[in-house]
Amino acid sequence: MIDPLVVELSRWQFAATALFHFLFVPLTLGLTFIVAAMETVYVTTGRTIYREMAQFWGKLLLINFALGVATGLTMEFQFGTNWSFYSSFVGDIFGAPLAVEGLMAFFMESTFIGLMVFGWERLSKIQHLIVTYLVALGSNLSALWILVANGFMQAPEGAVFNPLTMRMELASFAELIFGHDAQSKFVHTSIAGYVTAAIFVCGVSAFYMLRKQHMELARRSFRMAALFGVLSAVGVITLGDALGFVGGHAQPTKLAAMEALWRTEKPPVGFNVIAIPDQQKMENAYELQIPYLLTPLVTRSLDHVIPGADTLVAQAKQRIVSGIEAVGALRALQDNPEDEAALSRFLAHEDDLGYGFLVGAYAPDQDPTVADDAAIERAARDAIPSVATIFWSFRVMVACGLLMLMFFILAVIYTLRNTVERQRWFLGASVLMLPVPWIACEAGWLVAEIGRQPWTVYEVLPTWMSVSTHSAGYMLFSLAGFLLLYSIFIVIEMFLMLRAIRQGPSSHRPTGSAGAAGETALAAPVRSAEV
Amino acid sequence: MEIYLLLKVLWWLLLGVLLMGVAIMVGMDMGVGTILRLVGRTDAERRVALNIIGPHWDGNQVWFILGGGAIFAAWPLIYATAFSGLYVVMLLLLWSMIVRPLGFEYRSKIDLPAWRSAWDWALFVSGFVPMLVFGAAVGNMLQGVPFRFEWNLASVYSGSFLSLLNPFAILCGLLAVSLSVYMGGAMLMNRGEDVLYRRAQRLVVRSGLVALALFSLGGIWVYFLDGYQLVQSPDPAIAQTPLQQVVERAVGGWLGNYQRTPLLWLIPFSVYATTLLGVAAARSGRSHLAWWLGALAWIGVIGTVGAAMFPFMMPSSLEPSHSLTVWNASSSQLTLTWMTGWSVVFVPLILWYTSWCFWVMRGKVNERDVASDEHAY
Ligand code: HDD
Ligand code: HEM
Ligand code: HEM
Repeated sequence: MIDPLVVELSRWQFAATALFHFLFVPLTLGLTFIVAAMETVYVTTGRTIYREMAQFWGKLLLINFALGVATGLTMEFQFGTNWSFYSSFVGDIFGAPLAVEGLMAFFMESTFIGLMVFGWERLSKIQHLIVTYLVALGSNLSALWILVANGFMQAPEGAVFNPLTMRMELASFAELIFGHDAQSKFVHTSIAGYVTAAIFVCGVSAFYMLRKQHMELARRSFRMAALFGVLSAVGVITLGDALGFVGGHAQPTKLAAMEALWRTEKPPVGFNVIAIPDQQKMENAYELQIPYLLTPLVTRSLDHVIPGADTLVAQAKQRIVSGIEAVGALRALQDNPEDEAALSRFLAHEDDLGYGFLVGAYAPDQDPTVADDAAIERAARDAIPSVATIFWSFRVMVACGLLMLMFFILAVIYTLRNTVERQRWFLGASVLMLPVPWIACEAGWLVAEIGRQPWTVYEVLPTWMSVSTHSAGYMLFSLAGFLLLYSIFIVIEMFLMLRAIRQGPSSHRPTGSAGAAGETALAAPVRSAEV
Repeated sequence: MEIYLLLKVLWWLLLGVLLMGVAIMVGMDMGVGTILRLVGRTDAERRVALNIIGPHWDGNQVWFILGGGAIFAAWPLIYATAFSGLYVVMLLLLWSMIVRPLGFEYRSKIDLPAWRSAWDWALFVSGFVPMLVFGAAVGNMLQGVPFRFEWNLASVYSGSFLSLLNPFAILCGLLAVSLSVYMGGAMLMNRGEDVLYRRAQRLVVRSGLVALALFSLGGIWVYFLDGYQLVQSPDPAIAQTPLQQVVERAVGGWLGNYQRTPLLWLIPFSVYATTLLGVAAARSGRSHLAWWLGALAWIGVIGTVGAAMFPFMMPSSLEPSHSLTVWNASSSQLTLTWMTGWSVVFVPLILWYTSWCFWVMRGKVNERDVASDEHAY
C-alpha cells in the first residue's frame, strides 16, 4: 500500500529541491558564456580591463557555482531515494542520459573550472581561454542531457514496455535524444539561462553606475550584457512559442490547463488573457478573452480543433477502462508467463496500461482491477492538472519575458548612444529587474512539471505509483532537513554574493598596491606590465 | 544472446572501476577534509592543505556523481532499491556531502577566525561522514538488506535506520575512513612542505596500519557471517527478474568463490602487500609511490568484496530469493550496448584531461603562494 501522504511529501521534497537547484543553474549557464566572451576580447585585443571583467564576474560565478553543485548532488540521487518505483520502471531509458551527462558534461565543467580558477598564472592566454570555453560548454551540455531525460518524462519516445521484466525498455536511443520535446526544451531552457545572466550583469553594472564606482568595468559589462540579452530574449520568446507548439501536441492536458480551456469549441477559439478557473465546476468563474487568437497561436492554423478539458476527461475515462484490462492481463502473465490468452489481452490494451495504473490510487486496496465507476470518474477528472496554477504560472513567465525584451531593447539603445549613465531612472530600473528572470524560470518549471501531473512519465506512469514506500515520518524528517539546510545555504550565499558585489572588482587585486611583495615570480612581471 | 551475458559482466566490472574511482579520488579529498585540523594548526597551514586539492576536488567529485548516473543506467534495480532501502543513511551521506563545495568556495572568503573555524569543522564532517557511510553501505551489502519485491517489482523494506549502522557496518566504514586518510595524507605529502609534510607523513603511516588491522578483522568477521548462494536461477544470458530464482543463506558462504577459485586469494593478499609497501614508501619519503600503492590497496579492498559476492550485488536478508544479482538487476541489452559505446569514447578522454590538469597544477604549494594568489581558496 502506498500512503498518499508519502506521495504528497515526496512531491514537495522534489519540487523544493529542484526549484532550489534551479535558482543557481540559469546563472551558471549564461554567466560562463559572458565571462568567456569577455576573456575572448581580452585575448584578442590585449586590453586588461577585459581580463579584470572576466575575473570579477568569474568570482561571482563561483559563489553561485558552489551551490549549483551542492544542490545538484542531491538531485542526482533523489530519483533513487524517493522515487524508487519510478527509477526501476524507467531507469533503462531515463538513467542513460543521466550517465552520459556525467561522462560528457559534468566531468568537463568540473575538471576545467578548477583550472579556470587556479590556472591564470600557469596557462597561456589561449589555453586559459579554451579552458573557460570548455566550462561553458560543459555546463550547457549538462543542460542538454538532463533535458533529454526530462523530455522523456514529458513525451516518452523511444521506449517499449516489456511484460517479462515489468518495466519500460529502451527501443531507440536516437528517438530518445532527438525527441522534439527534448530539443525545444533544451534550447528554451539554456537561453533562459543566458537571459538570466544578462539581467544579472546589467543589474549589477547599473548598481555601480548609480554609485559612480568602477565606471569603466560597469559600462563595458553593461554593454556586452545588453547585446547578449536582447538576442537571448528574442530567442527565449521564439523558442518558448515553439515549445508551446510542440508541448501542446504532446500533452493536450497541459495545453488545456495553460489556456484554461474547459470546453472543446469550434475553431478558431479565443485566447484567455485573464481567467479565474474553477477546477470543481470545470469552468472559468471569470474570463477576459481576445476572440479567435488561440487557435492560430497554438496550432498555426485556423481550423484545427483544440481539445478542451471536457473532451480530455471523456477520453481518459475510455482509456482507464481499457487500462484496467491491461493491468489484469499483466498480473495473469506474471503468474503464468505462458498464458497466451493473457498475452493477447495485454497486447490489445498495452497502450492504456498507464491509465490502468492511474485508477489504482482510487480503487480498494489500490488494485485497479476492482475499481468501480466512481473511482474511474475521479481518476479521469484528475487527468486534468491544476488549471489555476498552470494558467497563472504560464502568464507570469510570458509577462516576465516580454518585460525583459522591452528592457533589453531600451538598454541597447541607451548603451549604443553612450547615455546609460545619465538615465538614472533606467539604472534604477535595471537593479529592480534583477529578480525577474528567476521568477520566469521558476514559473516555467511550475508550468512544465505541474502541467505534467498526474503523471511522472506522461500517460505511462502515474505520480502516485512512482514513490518509494517510506513511512510518512521519514519523509517529514527528510523534508524538514532539506528545508533547514537549504535555508542556511541561501542565507550564506546571498550574504557572500552581496558582499562580493559591494566590494567590487578592486578587491580582486592583492591587498595593498598591485605588484606588492610576495606575488609569485610568475605573476609579477605580467601584472606590473599591465598596471 | 551470449553478448548480453558479457555485457552484464562488463558492467559489473565497470561498476567496480567506478567505485574504485570514487574511493580513490573522492576519498583522497575527503581524507584531506578529515585531517585538515590535524595537519594544519594555523590558518595559513590549513589554506595550503585546501589549495593542494583546490583545483581538483570538483572534478574528482564527479566520480561520485557518475557513480550515481551509471548505476541508474546500467543497474536500475540497484539504483532504485539500494538508495531507497538505505534512506536515512543516504540522507546522512548527501547532507554531509553537500556542505563540502561550500566549504571549499566560501571558507577563505571572509577573514574571521570563527567563520573559518566553523568551515573547517564543516569540512571535517563532510570528509569523515561520507566515507564512513560509503564503507558502511558496502558492509550492509555483505550482510544483506531487508527488502523484498511485490508482484510488480515495487520494493518494500522493513528494518530500522539503526540496524543499518550495526557494528560490522561501522567497521567497514572505519576501514574506508582510514584508507581515505591515507590517500589524503599522501597527496598532502606530494604537494606540501615542512610541517605539513611531516604531519601528513605520520598520519599516512598510522592510517595505513589501522586500515590493515581493520581489513583483517573484517575478513575474520565475514568468515562467520551469513553468505548467499544462488541455488537455482534462469540462464544468465537472458532477461530476467529477481522473482525467478532460489537463494540460500549459509554461514561463511561468502568464501565460496574463493574456495572454488583459489587464485582469487591473490586479491586480499595484494591488500597486505600494497599497504605495507605503501607505509614503507611514505616512511622513506617516496610519497608519489605511497599514493599509487594506496590506490592499489583500495582496488584490492573493493576487489576482495566483489570477488566474494559475485554474482550477488545486493542480497536481501528479508527474502533471500529476491536478492539482486548481476544476472537480474541490469538494464536491457540495448541500453548496456549504448552505455558501453559512450564509455569507450569518453572515459579515455576524461582520464586524459584529468591527468593534464594534475600536470598543469604540479609542484609544491606553500604559504606564500596561497597568501598572494587572489584566486586561492
Ligand atoms: C537546464 C539545466 C539543468 C537542469 C534542469 C538541472 N541541472 Fe543540474 N546542473 C546544471 C544544469 C541543470 C548545471 C548548469 O550544469 C549545474 C548548475 C550549476 C553548476 O554548477 O552546474 C548543475 C549541477 C548539477 C550537479 C553537480 C555537477 C558538478 O559537480 O559539476 C548535479 C549532480 C546535477 N546538477 C544533477 C541534476 C539533476 C539530477 C537534475 C534533475 C532533476 C538537474 N541537475 C537539473
Ligand atoms: C531544475 C529544474 C526543475 C525544476 C525547477 C522542477 C520542478 C518540479 C516541480 C515544481 C515538481 C512538482 C510537481 C508537482 O508535484 O506538482 C517536480 C516534480 C518532479 N520533477 Fe521536476 N523540475 C526540474 C527538473 C526536473 C528534471 C530535469 C527532471 C527529470 C529529469 C525532473 C523530474 C521530476 C520528477 C521525477 C518529479 C516528481 C514527480 C512529480 O511530482 O511530478 N524534474 N519538479
Ligand atoms: C513569452 C515568452 C515565453 C513563452 C511563450 C514560453 C513558453 C514556455 C512553455 C510553453 C513552457 C512549458 C514547456 C512544457 O510544455 O513543458 C515553458 C517552460 C519554461 N520556460 Fe518559458 N516561455 C517564455 C518565456 C520564458 C522566459 C523569459 C524564461 C526565463 C528567463 C522562461 C523559462 C522557462 C523555463 C525554465 C521553463 C521550464 C523548462 C522547460 O520546460 O523547458 N520562459 N516556457
